[in-house]
Amino acid sequence: MKREGLFLYYRWLLLFVAAGLCLLPLWATVIGGFKSTGDLRTNPFGFPKEWITENYFSIAASARFWQMLWNSCIITFFSVTFTLLVSSMAAFTLAHLRFAGKRWIGSYLSLGLTFPFATAVLPVFIRVRDMGLLDSYWGVILPQIAFNLGFSIVLLRGFFSELPKELFEAAYIDGCNYPRMFWQITLPLSRPILATVGVLALVDSWNNFLLPLVMINRDEIYPWPLGVMQYQGQYGTDWGRVLAFVSLTMAPAIFFYLLAQKHIIAGLTSGAVKG
Amino acid sequence: MALKPALRHDLSDITAERGNEDDRRRKKSIWTQIQNFSHSGSLTAYLIFLPPALLLFTLFVVLPVGEAAYYSFFNWNGYGSPQKWVNLDNFVRVLNDPIFHQSLINNLLVIAVSAFIQVPAAMWLALLISDRSRSSVVFRAIFFLPYILGEVVAGLIWRYMYDGNYGVVAVVFHWFGREAPQVLGERGWAMAALLLVIVWKYFGFHMALFIAGRQGIPDDVVESAQIDGAHRWQITRHIVLPMMRPVVILSLFFSILGSLQTFAIVAALTDGGPSNSTHSAVSYLYTFGIKRMRVGFGSAVGVVLFIICVLVMVFYKQLFMREKEAR
Repeated sequence: MKREGLFLYYRWLLLFVAAGLCLLPLWATVIGGFKSTGDLRTNPFGFPKEWITENYFSIAASARFWQMLWNSCIITFFSVTFTLLVSSMAAFTLAHLRFAGKRWIGSYLSLGLTFPFATAVLPVFIRVRDMGLLDSYWGVILPQIAFNLGFSIVLLRGFFSELPKELFEAAYIDGCNYPRMFWQITLPLSRPILATVGVLALVDSWNNFLLPLVMINRDEIYPWPLGVMQYQGQYGTDWGRVLAFVSLTMAPAIFFYLLAQKHIIAGLTSGAVKG
Repeated sequence: MALKPALRHDLSDITAERGNEDDRRRKKSIWTQIQNFSHSGSLTAYLIFLPPALLLFTLFVVLPVGEAAYYSFFNWNGYGSPQKWVNLDNFVRVLNDPIFHQSLINNLLVIAVSAFIQVPAAMWLALLISDRSRSSVVFRAIFFLPYILGEVVAGLIWRYMYDGNYGVVAVVFHWFGREAPQVLGERGWAMAALLLVIVWKYFGFHMALFIAGRQGIPDDVVESAQIDGAHRWQITRHIVLPMMRPVVILSLFFSILGSLQTFAIVAALTDGGPSNSTHSAVSYLYTFGIKRMRVGFGSAVGVVLFIICVLVMVFYKQLFMREKEAR
């Protein structure tokens, strides 16, 4: 039993050290936003000698900050909604209907799983430009949906085709048509997998940097990753300001994470495994 | 599209299982079949459900890859149409560029660090918190937190941490009474610094995979070993770790995939510097292809990246992931 006690000590010690290493940079960032430059220089981890709230307040009062979060919200909202809609419709067709070339279409749609977006980024840029969608939300949203389709269709299709067949047969005999089956049987029964796909698409879209970087050149529609980079470029090593800005931009993500932590971890890992 | 076979399958789907009594109905005239078909709504399904996905996917994923291959033979700045055919020049230049070599080496370093530091550390912690107790859930949430933050945020936070005048490095050096170096400004240090940030940001993801894998091991296997008198370490070494093999293989797969996509974290932390020593393949593509609108050259980099990716994936799957398909 003595051994067991020793193990417990070692377990707690290790866990606390690791958690410390994990959280220390985040702590230093949030607390750093309250410090003066001199304070930052000598005392990066402790509480500020004098709480300076001006950094946080001036950013929270600036239109630019809220505009940038709003832009991210719009892009993320439409990306996630349309990813779910378009991919679940396709997955439904592939799971429940039989038609010529179905297998071919199925593997065609999963082609995108094996290579990074960067490979295609230049031609996508040119296409978006030729469509006149540069510097617009849709220039980011449409390619994002397209690149989400691969994994979402694979995940959804797998789930859909495991729903009990009898259900659909019964509905068919009662005169239910396919679109209604989709809305009233498949979707309501598929909440867990829709949540998984939704979380994957959400985190992807919220944090995406390369796509908006290439497609958007106008400050007014910058999503937050571009906004925060621009802010840092502007204020350089005036770290008090930059840290406050970084803290405020990561706040929505952390808040959301704390609310739905269990679902997010499960969604991101199980989604990745099956996809 | 081939409507006729489609509708036959559709109906037979339902009727086949209903047995012989429906044989008669099956032989109805074509006209009633078509009526049935539109009643069942599968026509709508084909016409509305599939095309959006196919269209988006073709326009923004498949065609661009083909176009990248095409553009890579031109010297083109993106305006008008590509005119100046340059054969394999772009590829020759990419493949002979020492900066590109360095960026590929950096990608390999990311994979190596993941395999030899990140994965073992994640496994170690995962095995400590794979039970369902309250404290384990809290720790898991903490370790996973960096993973959900944007790469840009991670990069900027650590840029501050590494700042020789302010952050953690400065403090540590001051303890020893030394002047701190600008970690991100020195070749050699900068890449190590980047690797540390990558470990910090992504180990939580691997840990969550391992926890899920550990929880998938049936309790009775472990219990029966305990009854036989096996120690904690023996159980871990001879039962748990071997059973986790598929998860480890999967986790390394994600490391490789992730390494080949690394971009934002480089952009936010070092922007490829000092003297282009910390580029990843994608940040190389961005800096030397996209930023300067050298469409042909950038596309050539993209094509090389594509080929590497497909080769690595196919090779890796062949080598390690066959078991998965057998299941």
